[in-house]
Amino acid sequence: MSPHGNPEVPASSAGAVESTAAKVPAGPETSSESSAPRSVWPLWEVFVRSSRGLSHVHAGSLHAPDAAMALRNARDLYTRRNEGVSIWVVPADAIAASDPDAKGSFFESPQGKDYRHATYYTKSEGVKHL
Amino acid sequence: MIPTGSHSSQARTGSLAGVAPDTEGHGDISVGVAGSGDSSASATRITPGNALRPEDIALEVRTGLVKPSEDAAEYALRLGDDALILAQRLGHWISRAPELEEDVALGNIALDQLGHARSFLSYAGGAWEKSEDELAYFRREHEFRSAHLFEQPNGDFAVTIARQFVVSYYQFELYRRLTESTDATLAAISAKAVKEVDYHRDHSAQWILRLAQGTEESRRRITHGLRLIWPYVEELFVDDELTSRLAEAGTAVEPSSLRADFDRLTGAVFAEAELEVPNVPAAPGGGRRGKHSEHLGYILAEMQVLAREHPGASW
Amino acid sequence: MASQNLQSVPDQPAGPGAGDAQDQTAQLEAEGQAYFDRVMAEDSRIEPKDWMPAAYRKTLLRQISQHAHSEIIGMQPEANWISRAPSLKRKAILMAKVQDEAGHGLYLYSAAETLGQSRDKMMDDLIAGKARYSSIFNYPALTWADMGAIGWLVDGAAICNQVPLCRASYGPYGRAMVRICKEESFHQRQGFEILLELSNGTPAQKQMAQDAVNRWYAPALMMFGPPDDDSPNSKQSMAWNIKRFSNDELRSRFVGMMVEQVRVLGLTLPDSEVRFNEETKKWEHGPLDWEEFKEVLAGRGPCNAQRLERRREAHDDGAWVREAAAAYAAKQARKHAEKEFAA
Repeated sequence: MSPHGNPEVPASSAGAVESTAAKVPAGPETSSESSAPRSVWPLWEVFVRSSRGLSHVHAGSLHAPDAAMALRNARDLYTRRNEGVSIWVVPADAIAASDPDAKGSFFESPQGKDYRHATYYTKSEGVKHL
Repeated sequence: MIPTGSHSSQARTGSLAGVAPDTEGHGDISVGVAGSGDSSASATRITPGNALRPEDIALEVRTGLVKPSEDAAEYALRLGDDALILAQRLGHWISRAPELEEDVALGNIALDQLGHARSFLSYAGGAWEKSEDELAYFRREHEFRSAHLFEQPNGDFAVTIARQFVVSYYQFELYRRLTESTDATLAAISAKAVKEVDYHRDHSAQWILRLAQGTEESRRRITHGLRLIWPYVEELFVDDELTSRLAEAGTAVEPSSLRADFDRLTGAVFAEAELEVPNVPAAPGGGRRGKHSEHLGYILAEMQVLAREHPGASW
Repeated sequence: MASQNLQSVPDQPAGPGAGDAQDQTAQLEAEGQAYFDRVMAEDSRIEPKDWMPAAYRKTLLRQISQHAHSEIIGMQPEANWISRAPSLKRKAILMAKVQDEAGHGLYLYSAAETLGQSRDKMMDDLIAGKARYSSIFNYPALTWADMGAIGWLVDGAAICNQVPLCRASYGPYGRAMVRICKEESFHQRQGFEILLELSNGTPAQKQMAQDAVNRWYAPALMMFGPPDDDSPNSKQSMAWNIKRFSNDELRSRFVGMMVEQVRVLGLTLPDSEVRFNEETKKWEHGPLDWEEFKEVLAGRGPCNAQRLERRREAHDDGAWVREAAAAYAAKQARKHAEKEFAA
């Protein structure tokens, strides 16, 4: 790699971009399955890492014909103001979400288990390095 | 957008509340969100970044910190005019692109080109005590130095992509070499530009592939677009006395020296797209000597009309 | 389409008898409503898969899609001046601004998609003339000073409207608005600076600025929507925590800000009746021509046909490109699948 990118290969077709694109080649199969016209591009969810050391955070969504273009569109759309150093795109269809109607049972268990938290242990308060 | 249980709206709005006082000045209407959120993990944290800006070049020129030689200025004028005319062309796509995402993509490319144009023109102007705007708005057609390729009309999306393809691969080879120019300002502008143009290469190559191997119609259109654009490739690689002198001095490189790499790398994309390199006669060009296509007059008429109605005005 | 998966319609329970199923549905509805009411009372947020009243969904979908359309159509009056911007710096700023508006339309369409409507359908409705957008964009941008007046007045009014929307009860809408408000923070300022520069310029430039302010002032005030006593949907939207302030409330605040700022500009507002009412502590303005507002909204404005035609043209001209990219993606996916199969 020269200091100015790889002259042989355009900027973002190298490395991570390409391998991600290969792993998700099809994207959501809208064109084959749904009755929508063929020209409709599927929806992608975009996650942006704002700087090194931080997690990728959901930034929003966009439409793109495939993973390679989704990454590029995400770069153009969600990092116009230096918002990120890394991007993930995921076909919106590929996301499995917990059922909001079940939140009572799904998220009840941790409630009230305060012994999982340091603040529960008050007798050791004031003891150094604990 | 998806249901994001963990990234609550409070976290997001919280980060806005943190930034709002500095950047907005709409304190009257409070966002009024109590949640604090981890603003460092926000996907909307924005910064201007830290890179060479056209204003920096203009300032250096104005304060006499740098002054181009007559030759370097004439050369910067060529590069600046190429980028300016292309930006003017690309700007037309914003609000007209095939999909909203592409409005944004072409807008970014146009803004990159306009940035390069402003830097090069600001520098060139140093030789004649002219500002970027005096050069852009108050020169006449024959005083422009753009090559014919940049003046070609947008046509349909395929023609624009064909033009982008040639431009970006040419500019990449050029700027890559100019980063080693003995002229520190040309080198600095090129170092910023080459990274941006590298992305333009990728954008155009991606589209060449998709149009060539998408539908019959898209293949027909991109083949036609490339044939329309290809006659103007030759002019980009013609040496003349100026480039020979500058190459000698290490300020610039002979355009002809870029040709082999350009052919090889565009050839690879052609091969992957299963397209033929268009076999069309080359046009003579002449833009570097002020002999332009018929299009330039219209481009300038539109670009300059308002500035010329108010000579000496500031905007 | 993902957005369809994200619809909040509860699953039909598989009860033994139709009657039972109906009872259960009714019970689920009641539980959903109770949960929704609690969220509203706590001023918390509704997310895409949550149960929500059909009318809430419909109202949101209408508002968010109209908002998205406004961004997209709103690109046109300003795009009209990109090629003629009188300095390269202004050209860059204007390009970035119009580009932002495409982005904002995009964020908003995405938010609307979580309610179960595809962007494609929304775009079809827009170009078929079935959808509404902010009627201010049906006025022509005649001079360069209009770029200033649009930024200062139109974006200014939009920001007044939008900042409270960052707290809208629907999560995706609020989040889209946060991003939009952050990005738009430069839009109004650049407009203000265009006008300031013109106002301090030659007499011809100053006149250009005043003329633009004169033309955009009343349409900008009307962007807040009809007066409260003539705005039937407002109450419900406020009860749902979508809207936080009434139309007149926001309009009055906006007038107050403009009164301050127009002095700095050295220009005047074309309204002799602007005053601060000491009793109500509110800013008041002269009468607005709501007949004209309704006419423009009904499609009889100066640029309605032109704006829609331009959007239709871009959409139609782009069809072959969208098809090509979709076809390429499908071919690549097939190739990839075949390779996997062979391996």
